[in-house]
Amino acid sequence: MTLRLGIDVGGTNTDAVLVDDLGKVLAVHKAPTTADPMDGISAAIAAVVTDNERGRIAQAMLGTTHSANAIIQRRGLGKVAVLRLAAPSSLAVAPGADWPDELRRSVISAEAIVEGGYEYDGRVIADLDEDAVRRFAAEEAGSADAIAVSCAFSPANYEHELRAAELVGEELGEAFPISLSHKVGTLGLLERENATMLNAALLGVARAVVDGLRGALAENGLDAAPYITQNDGTLMTASHALEMPVLSLGSGPTNSMRGACSLAGLADAIVVDVGGTSTDIGILVDGFPRESATAVQVGGVRTNFRMPDLISIGLGGGTIVRPSGVDVAVGPDSVGYRVTEAALVCGGDTLTLSDVSVAGDRLSGFGDGSLVAGVEPAVVRGALEWVDRQITLGSERMKASRQPMPLLAVGGGAHLVPDGIPGTLEVIRPNHHAVANAYGAAIAEASGTIDRVYEYEASSREECLDDAREEARRAAVATGADPDRVRITSVVEVPMTYIPGGRCRVQVKAAGPLG
Amino acid sequence: MRMLTLDQVDDLALGATLLGTGGGGDPYVGRLMLRQAIRTHGPVTLLDPDELAGDGLVMTVAVVGAPTVLLEKIPAGTEFVGAVNALAAYMGRQPVALMPIEVGGCNTLFPLATAAEMGLPVVDADGMRRAFPQIEMTVLTLAGIKASPMTVADEKGNLCVFETTTNQLGETLVRGAVMSLTLANAFSSYSMTVSQVARHAILGSLTYCTDLGRHLSAVQRGESGAFERFLEAAEGSVIFSGTIVDVERRTTEGFAKGTVTIETRDGSDRTMQIAIQNEFLVAFEDGEPVVTVPDLICILDAETTEPITTETLGYGQRVNVVALPCAPEWHQDGMLEVVGPGAFGFDFEYRRLGT
Repeated sequence: MTLRLGIDVGGTNTDAVLVDDLGKVLAVHKAPTTADPMDGISAAIAAVVTDNERGRIAQAMLGTTHSANAIIQRRGLGKVAVLRLAAPSSLAVAPGADWPDELRRSVISAEAIVEGGYEYDGRVIADLDEDAVRRFAAEEAGSADAIAVSCAFSPANYEHELRAAELVGEELGEAFPISLSHKVGTLGLLERENATMLNAALLGVARAVVDGLRGALAENGLDAAPYITQNDGTLMTASHALEMPVLSLGSGPTNSMRGACSLAGLADAIVVDVGGTSTDIGILVDGFPRESATAVQVGGVRTNFRMPDLISIGLGGGTIVRPSGVDVAVGPDSVGYRVTEAALVCGGDTLTLSDVSVAGDRLSGFGDGSLVAGVEPAVVRGALEWVDRQITLGSERMKASRQPMPLLAVGGGAHLVPDGIPGTLEVIRPNHHAVANAYGAAIAEASGTIDRVYEYEASSREECLDDAREEARRAAVATGADPDRVRITSVVEVPMTYIPGGRCRVQVKAAGPLG
Repeated sequence: MRMLTLDQVDDLALGATLLGTGGGGDPYVGRLMLRQAIRTHGPVTLLDPDELAGDGLVMTVAVVGAPTVLLEKIPAGTEFVGAVNALAAYMGRQPVALMPIEVGGCNTLFPLATAAEMGLPVVDADGMRRAFPQIEMTVLTLAGIKASPMTVADEKGNLCVFETTTNQLGETLVRGAVMSLTLANAFSSYSMTVSQVARHAILGSLTYCTDLGRHLSAVQRGESGAFERFLEAAEGSVIFSGTIVDVERRTTEGFAKGTVTIETRDGSDRTMQIAIQNEFLVAFEDGEPVVTVPDLICILDAETTEPITTETLGYGQRVNVVALPCAPEWHQDGMLEVVGPGAFGFDFEYRRLGT
């Protein structure tokens, strides 16, 4: 029997979980996250793997909020020079125009819009200005860590982007980091360009995470294949992750939700993940998070990624409670991870939701219950009513129909979730829910994609799509997916209108559990 | 006279999304373009018609075609200037001010960015005070003002000038030109004198739009009583609250058509259906039309108060449907033929909001 290692590198903790090929949890461990992620990963691995298991671990899957935090905290980001191929169109909106000022200053080293790009029907807006591309590359070589290239209508026609990459390679060497927008996102130039810039800025962060994983595996004498989890709950190889860090930006919540459901043996449920500062509420349909329909903001930047549809509310174990007359005000501020010293039950001087949970008999075994004996029962009742209302409203909003669904309560603050929520079947607190993230990484699926231009008129749209689906299935199986359980997870068609032959760019993704 | 400064752009764009009644093109690109234009050229001067000489010439400028193309091909700015300059050259007269044709959706913002670039003021007025899909659907058409002569321009220097006998034919010809150009192009038309604007346009619509946007953003910041103040300013009312249970879409005759169905959450059997033709056009409660075009139907997200556009409608969204009366200037002879339910193929009568 082969084994899998799931790892989650969070802002506070690095978790590891060892799972057999039926998904059974063999060992779990939480270690503090370290400045060099490798030390924390290595410590967590060492704690869950015994000598006789060492040779049986086939894969190690890592999920992380590292990249997302890097953007939110403006930490470890590379300098990016942005080149847009679209002039004379698009001059009215500069690259990065909508970025928060400090993020723009810390990431964008230079930008230029040069002649090139395509119309909606595949005609060129202008021929690519090759000299301008070369000049830009040569001028920015000293100040940029990476170059991001976007181009009008490149999801349908990306020859100008490929040619620009060649020219940059000739000027700065093949190894110079470059991100091309047609590989990163779909229609919507500004959103796709933003995502491409973020991707380019995250290349260094991705390198640290992947090196950390590889190093930790070597240090522990493991010969497991390293994978990184993506936003949609599937895996990418570590080497692909080095080029496409942006695809793992939303993997934290995805892993947490998928892990929680799988631990509870469910495929459809509302998931309420209560942390120290905030609560994420999401919904799983058929084992995967429902995706957001609207443009997703990442660190204040608009992108067009498909990300899990989540509601975040300022409700956590460390959320501060303030009695005011007959009323009580809750949050939105929190003592966060300091709850273990600041909360009343821990001998601190701040009334938090954890104290209220102890006083209201929802939480036991945390601190000294006698220290909250003096808190007014009305305050406890008022604060818990607020908590119940927030969770009820949030889960109601996530539901797609009136049909009641089970609700999974996970995370360090899950004790705050009451046993009954209107509109839900039951509240379930799965075993090992504290490591739901790492478990979600361990059960991530293998996937395969195909991205190709078809001529529909040469055969038919259906035949072309069938062929694309089959190719994607084959690619997923080649990366380890179980051939009997692989399925198509997305089909994107971008027609190249008015080009003879009915040409269309077709992107198909297939995924399935590891076989 | 007042100045439109950088800090008012977001409120204006939010108001424009609301008055787009689900369509009219996402003002996102227009908002960024206007911000860049104001940063480069300074704030835009807004004027009432009585601040200008009565015989001065006013021109409108807009994007015509498929606004979705703008998501991929961002304007250069020069195409709008080109359309206005071509119209001025053809007429042999320079404009004293620009004006939006449509305050609602993306066309609210392009004339302001163009005016900043050209150093012209903008008249605080328009021809719709909401979004409509066709050129002739303006109060100006009702007053007999011709859209012609009209110019269409792209960012490369291609230009057409049209003279047409009716505004409806203008719509047909311009759309044909845009199909051969790049599907979303700059368009200048409805040149008229300042006195004609004063008599026949919808006055104060940019101020109205910015005010509604400011009220909505106060609601979004959680200010107490802000939603009531918004409804009061808009003379609007919440006609339905519920959850979207179905979104049906189809493309026919070049228009995005469809129906959205909303059910109450209070357990009663009431349902609302809203017919979509680019914009939200008619709201039916239990099969009966209760709000009809040209009155405005806006769908707001119940939690965020963000106006929801037809593209972002989704199953399970909790929404409030708000009805706003159309600009009073619409209520004159010819309205029903140009923008009433019959103009969109419905076989029932317009019922004026609040009657």
